[in-house]
Amino acid sequence: MTETIATTDASPMGRPLRRKEDARLLHGQTNWTENIQLPGTLHMAILRSPMAHAKITHLDISAALERPHVVAAFSAKELGDLNGSVPCVWPVTDDIQMPAFPALAVDKVVHVGDCVAVVLATDKYAAADALDAIEVDYEPLPAVVDMEAAIQPGSPSVHDAADGSHGTNVCYTFPLQPQGPGAYEAAVAAAGDNAVVVKRRFINQRIIAGAMEPRAVVASPMGMSNEMTIWSATQIPHILRVLLALVTGLPENSLRVIAPDVGGGFGGKLQIYREEILAVQIARKLGRPVKWVETRSEDMVATHHGRDQIQQIEIAATKDGKFIGLKVEILANMGAYLQIITPGTPLLGMFMYPGIYKMDVYDFNCIGVFTNTTPTDAVRGAGRPEATFAIERIVDELAVELNMDPMALRKMNWITHEEFPYTTSAGLTYDTGNYEAATAKALDLFGYDALRAEQEQRRASGDPVQLGIGISTFTEMCGLAPSRTLGALKYVAGGWEHCTIRALPTGKIELITGTSPHGQGHETAWSQIASSILGVPVDDIEVVHGDTGRAPYGMDTYGSRSLAVGGQAIKKAAERLVEKARIIAAHQLECSGDDLEFVQGEFRVKGDPAKSQPLAAVAFEAFSAHNLPDGVEPTLQAEATVDPDDFSYPHGTHLCAIEVDTETGKATIRTYVAVDDVGVQVNPLIVEGQVHGGVACGIAQALYESVEYDKDGNLLTASLADYLIPSAVDLPSFTTDRTVTPSTTNSLGTKGVGEAGAIASPPAVINAVVDALRHLGVNDVRMPASPENVWRAIQVAQGGAK
Amino acid sequence: MIPIAFDYVRPGTIDEAIAAVVAAGEDGKVISGGQSLMPVLRLRLAAPSTLIDVGSIAEMSGVTDAGDHLLIGSNTTHYAVMNDPLVKEHAPLLAQTAATVADPAIRHRGTFGGSLAHADPAGDLPTVALALEATIVAKGPNGTREIEAKDFFVDYFTSALEPDEILVSVKVPKLGKGWTTHYEKFNRTAQAWATVGVAAAVRRDNGTIAEARVALTNMGPSPVRASSVEAALTGADATVDAIAAASANAADGTRPTSDLHASAEFREHLARVLTKRAVVTAAGV
Repeated sequence: MTETIATTDASPMGRPLRRKEDARLLHGQTNWTENIQLPGTLHMAILRSPMAHAKITHLDISAALERPHVVAAFSAKELGDLNGSVPCVWPVTDDIQMPAFPALAVDKVVHVGDCVAVVLATDKYAAADALDAIEVDYEPLPAVVDMEAAIQPGSPSVHDAADGSHGTNVCYTFPLQPQGPGAYEAAVAAAGDNAVVVKRRFINQRIIAGAMEPRAVVASPMGMSNEMTIWSATQIPHILRVLLALVTGLPENSLRVIAPDVGGGFGGKLQIYREEILAVQIARKLGRPVKWVETRSEDMVATHHGRDQIQQIEIAATKDGKFIGLKVEILANMGAYLQIITPGTPLLGMFMYPGIYKMDVYDFNCIGVFTNTTPTDAVRGAGRPEATFAIERIVDELAVELNMDPMALRKMNWITHEEFPYTTSAGLTYDTGNYEAATAKALDLFGYDALRAEQEQRRASGDPVQLGIGISTFTEMCGLAPSRTLGALKYVAGGWEHCTIRALPTGKIELITGTSPHGQGHETAWSQIASSILGVPVDDIEVVHGDTGRAPYGMDTYGSRSLAVGGQAIKKAAERLVEKARIIAAHQLECSGDDLEFVQGEFRVKGDPAKSQPLAAVAFEAFSAHNLPDGVEPTLQAEATVDPDDFSYPHGTHLCAIEVDTETGKATIRTYVAVDDVGVQVNPLIVEGQVHGGVACGIAQALYESVEYDKDGNLLTASLADYLIPSAVDLPSFTTDRTVTPSTTNSLGTKGVGEAGAIASPPAVINAVVDALRHLGVNDVRMPASPENVWRAIQVAQGGAK
Repeated sequence: MIPIAFDYVRPGTIDEAIAAVVAAGEDGKVISGGQSLMPVLRLRLAAPSTLIDVGSIAEMSGVTDAGDHLLIGSNTTHYAVMNDPLVKEHAPLLAQTAATVADPAIRHRGTFGGSLAHADPAGDLPTVALALEATIVAKGPNGTREIEAKDFFVDYFTSALEPDEILVSVKVPKLGKGWTTHYEKFNRTAQAWATVGVAAAVRRDNGTIAEARVALTNMGPSPVRASSVEAALTGADATVDAIAAASANAADGTRPTSDLHASAEFREHLARVLTKRAVVTAAGV
């Protein structure tokens, strides 16, 4: 039977409740992986390659064993069969090149930071000190750093071919031509003289995830029975358990993975890392707990990086501004090895280059390229920020070419709200959206016309500080999700999510989720969803997560999926629990289940509200089982596993006004407006936090952050003194608002929010910087728009030889 | 933080500290606020055998009025310096600049003397010491020695301190009447070191600049005086155009490095722009 579960004014859905996990976190009542102290623990330190590319000609760990407090040391040789291979679960093409990825390098190193040997000691200082005693000789090989050079014939290769001959640095080539090969060129040709084509080469630079808590792992073979317990600062305890079983050969049913408090991930902890494999294998071999905690310096070289694409993008439109099509060719830097979804990460963006726009043809090609650099993988947005940057930047360039206002050009080409559901030229069907409404609200908050007037005035007066306006009308696909679609893309796993809800005899609720929060506020938001259905106070709901022993089913947290997918599982499980409770309550109240309504946490007989039974009483009856209806089993719990039919498509309009000091090149954001449409909001305060953090993340990419290597593959941004992460002081106050267009493919009407700000903001900022300098002849500024990059762009445009 | 092992001593007086420094030999290292040394230890870029922590030596802290100059104990924190009434009155350039060092947490622990002794070319306070013609007071087993700021900063992270000497205090001359000052700092994030910084002190005589001092941060291995700018400013009209013309010489004789934050060429450009701004602001033009 289908019945809308009645909610009341007391429903916590949509309320900006403060996060109930915060008091504990802020008072230090926390349990980070580094805090796990087990008797007999051995601390692992890792010797990492100082060379980007070299043969290991000599490696001897024996002297390290003589150092005080050292218990063991291993190179690949000593580890033997336990030196597992780090897995990649997304072989995107049949002919993808998937090189061996041993946990400890065997005979050559391929990036600075590559793992060469480990020392195990009874304290972490002794372990670190003993690394000095390991003897290694390297024979340097030419390093491959530049992607365009890497794919030229004759380039040194990062990996030999499978047969030992000279390899290629092309990992894979992935085309997407929904209208068929040559369709783009044909459409442009058909438009003849009426076609305007704009081409650009954009560089979406490499960045780090930069979580506040570095990675950490503790592997203990001291569990109950044969259990190996692994605590890890990970986003993906469930996936990690499956993969560790596959890699190590340990039975999956003897592995328990716990993600305790995890201090941020941003994609960097969506991974199975070699340190995790090493900790498990060595704990297994030595029979003692093994602990490894990453230093910040290691985080810079050994936690996967993100982005790093060179994009050749071409847009065609008619002279009056109607888009014809888009052609995109990207080089995507894989780094030196393929980590969990390295090859698939740029392809998460391939459907999104057309953005919110209608066009007839779309032509995409991606070449994955190996280089002697830290592997790349998902970092907040994962493929979609790169796509959004490209389309939103080139729409501005096209507007200049057509002499049109950039917003007017967008309005002419975007999908209007009446046109949903809409199947794009890339082949995705967006369920819903209202770009007009979000844009109207953003323009209203921004004061677009006044800022344009000020821009004119500053240009006219020759003010050294010029003003620019940048637009980003973005959408994204998130909520990873549909298992069949992921399978069709050759992703090994599915995208479902699970929830179990237990009504305990004392009336408390245990909500077991397969999502794995690391700062998102799931404990509060999930309680709000369940509370709205069960009528139980938010504080009476305990959310259990991040432990495969207590929450055995789940696909974890990444890709803005937790609410979009996990939220639906909560709803379904809660509704199922109410239905079982209804049967028991009807028996207790001596009526038919159809005669009951469930309001504010109690079953009431319709028309006779004095006769009622609260859920807690039903739960106690299910526990005592003294008087259950025939055929009803004791206990009151329900579970649900949801596999959505489609992705989630949040959208929004971000506007940035920036002041650019043309003398120093410094860009300072004056106004930033973000109007996002993430569908129904469970907790607007948490949404607000996600938008702020995401926008800050994207602004950081636009203006500050960049991983830099020298030509020999040495990491130049090896510390946070050189890799600039802005703080609150460097960022403006954001003006945010939302429009609410409920998703029609999601049972809660929700969409994802975790990545939206990071996806939307880089093009808004760079469009603003370029707009400020357009009259000086500038038509691009490389990210990050650092003072020197801005100053050089001006010098070049002004004819200076820089 | 996983530093290499070291011994640690915490003397209570300057004389005890000097004895400890002598005892530790050449591998000893003095630490006070630790805001520069601790990151170096964390990265294992330094491996001192002994840390001599002078942070609790009371006689090395505080600001006193010594007539024509202020005597600032080397342990005085940036926070204390920037808020000290004597510093604000007689060396406002120092108070203003101390407030730009890093972030509040660092300013509460980092010390004035430590910043000078560290001799980081990107440090702001050495530049101010140079512009204000301060004198560094060092004490060692052979007694007390005074070193003028222009002789103190020798090279990258190298001062004129002998290995057995401790920087105990700094004499900062009071700027007389008619002097106005400004520190123009340019960095990429609020907490970052200066890409380039310019300290300017100007004495105006009605419509002209009677006297000017300009010192540059991060334009070479040590802070430098932009002497050709100073010469050009002396007697110049106190106008934006005249100051801009004088500032065109700001990069003369500098030796800036190229790094991730700026190339040498861009630093030279910034030196000119920032010198103009610093002098214009200092002169109140």
